[in-house]
Amino acid sequence: MASVTGAKRAFAETGPRSPVVESVRVDQVTTAARTGVTVRLIVAIVVACVMLIPVIWMAMTSIKARPDATASPPKVIFTPSLDGFIGLFTNRMQLSAGALATQQQRTDLSFWEKQALVRGMRILGPSKFVGQLRNSLIIAVMSTLLAVTLGLLAAYAFSRYDIPGKGDWLFFILSTRMLPPVVVTIPIFLMYRAVGLYDTHIGMVLLYAVFNLSFSVWLLKGFIDEIPIEYEEAALVDGYSRLQAFRKIVLPQSVTGLAATAVFCLIFAWNEYAFALMMTSEKARTAPPAIPATLGVGGIEWHVIAAGSLLFLIPVVIVTFALRRYLLRGVTFGAIRR
Amino acid sequence: MAEIQLKQVAKRFGEAWAVKPMDLTIHHGEFVALLGPSGCGKTTTLRMISGLEAVTGGRIYIDGKDVTWLSASQRDIAFVFQFFALYPQMTVRQNIVFPLESQGMKRAEIKRRLAEVVKMLRIEHLLGRRPGALSGGDKQRVALARSLVRRPACFLMDEPLGALDAEFREAMRAEIKRLHLAQNATTVYVTHDQVEAMAMGDRIVVMSAAVVQQVGTPAQVYHNPANLFVANFIGSPGMNLVPGKYADGVVHLHGGSTYSVPETWKPTLATTLHGDDVIVGFRPEAARVSNQGAVRATLYGADLHGSYTMLHVNLNGELRGLGAVSSEAGEDEIVHLRARREVVHTMGAQIQFDLAPELVRFFDPTTEAALVREVRA
Repeated sequence: MASVTGAKRAFAETGPRSPVVESVRVDQVTTAARTGVTVRLIVAIVVACVMLIPVIWMAMTSIKARPDATASPPKVIFTPSLDGFIGLFTNRMQLSAGALATQQQRTDLSFWEKQALVRGMRILGPSKFVGQLRNSLIIAVMSTLLAVTLGLLAAYAFSRYDIPGKGDWLFFILSTRMLPPVVVTIPIFLMYRAVGLYDTHIGMVLLYAVFNLSFSVWLLKGFIDEIPIEYEEAALVDGYSRLQAFRKIVLPQSVTGLAATAVFCLIFAWNEYAFALMMTSEKARTAPPAIPATLGVGGIEWHVIAAGSLLFLIPVVIVTFALRRYLLRGVTFGAIRR
Repeated sequence: MAEIQLKQVAKRFGEAWAVKPMDLTIHHGEFVALLGPSGCGKTTTLRMISGLEAVTGGRIYIDGKDVTWLSASQRDIAFVFQFFALYPQMTVRQNIVFPLESQGMKRAEIKRRLAEVVKMLRIEHLLGRRPGALSGGDKQRVALARSLVRRPACFLMDEPLGALDAEFREAMRAEIKRLHLAQNATTVYVTHDQVEAMAMGDRIVVMSAAVVQQVGTPAQVYHNPANLFVANFIGSPGMNLVPGKYADGVVHLHGGSTYSVPETWKPTLATTLHGDDVIVGFRPEAARVSNQGAVRATLYGADLHGSYTMLHVNLNGELRGLGAVSSEAGEDEIVHLRARREVVHTMGAQIQFDLAPELVRFFDPTTEAALVREVRA
């Protein structure tokens, strides 16, 4: 055959250089295929590194002092500083030369106050960011709980009962996701103002829960569909009520789905920016719209923004990492053979 | 122990009948097998008895009590599922005691019951494991233990051996039979495997196309099938059914041979047959292969089944070439004969055989029902 190259012919005659000790198709052990795998692996690593650069850059900036953070050309080697974090968490005051001298005499200063003093500043108190971080936490957790709970109940009903117009309902639920949030922000803003939900925790929890509900219903329905109905029937025959069967049989088996759904809801609520910017101002403002607004007196404080962004990333990373086992759907329990 | 009674019980899914109105009484301690091809309504019947499926019409009684509209949990029954339905998140121990916990039973009693069934099914060593880590046979043992532990009025089993490998199936069949004998509990057992039904059932209910075809002991359904469906469905291969024309004590079989009807059958055929069409039914073991046999056929296949040889012969045609059966006059008429294994026949050979008179049955092709001999005292 004309298409058979020299290398292929050689492979066909001699086979691979090393014995094949794994389960693999013949065309995947050719020299070309093996080289291809190596090349792809290298490309993947390079791409991963490129993707990581902004994150690494952010982490670096967060521990730079202000002059280093804004230096041009950018500094790769620098002395680490906690300025960014201090700037993030505290309100400070620039001290005059005299006041600075007095402060430097004091021996009862905390570690953080000493750090601030190096820059000629005195810490006045915690910044608004602490409260905003707390708002983010409360709103994200509460809205996730609400979305997952309601989603589970709805998904169970959609999965197990013959609901008239089931398909239409499911489509309707999904359709709430179809238009971009920006489209509805203004009407929601007006409604929230009218009913007094503007800039409240409850308002934000409701908003995020509703927004996540469609997602939660669809995802959980998939999980519950996979739990064979025989389990519940067995429990019914064994003398349990429908509700008990749900609690004792369905709930423990949908833990995987609940965890996966919760992570996605949490990430959405945690990261959400547009609604938070429009619907909150002081009391219920979350971190995402607050971080880029950390404008200092003398321009943008990049090291503070980087510190805020980094801190903001950490909870999501931890949650995702902790629940990664559940995010892989390959966890099969399998007492039913199908 | 209980008596289950179905009166005109029926189920319709939309327009389609899953089970046409049926009557059935299952006696105390009886083991009844519901047998039929898939989609015949046997599982639906079982689910209606259990309460997992609401009836369209008719009434169900357990021990004389009308349970038609009682929920599954109120009927005091145990259901064994084909795919076991062991709760995967619980250990074997938790699975077994789960039905007892719903009744709020005392700890000591639960412990005693658990020990009892675990010993009976020899699964002591599995208690701490989860269902996912068990073999098919062990899963089914645990499922049985879970149903036994409650001491229900009756057991309903939906193809409990269907999901098992052949090696476990044989062992579990014996196990279920042993449990049934030990407990003497009323059991309804759904299966599509006629060997299983024959081996285990005190009585067999043969169903097809939503209709009960025959109810009887294994011997009855095997030797005296009520109609063509049962005759063909029971036995492997099923009963040989050869159409022919009846005239003056002789059936002219499709294919040219003639068969003389035994004296005992002649009056029945003469009186009950509509027209002259008749179907002669006989099981492979009813054939007596010999050179004097009245029925002639051409051999086209023979397989050794260990203790005997199954001959596949064509009543209508010659053998042409290797294995190809041609029909010179009409369609092939293939029947299966059981013969002694010592005799070796060559392909295409002429085979002659007679039928044991007491094992021959006759069917009316128009009604498909078996002709019934009037028994005179």
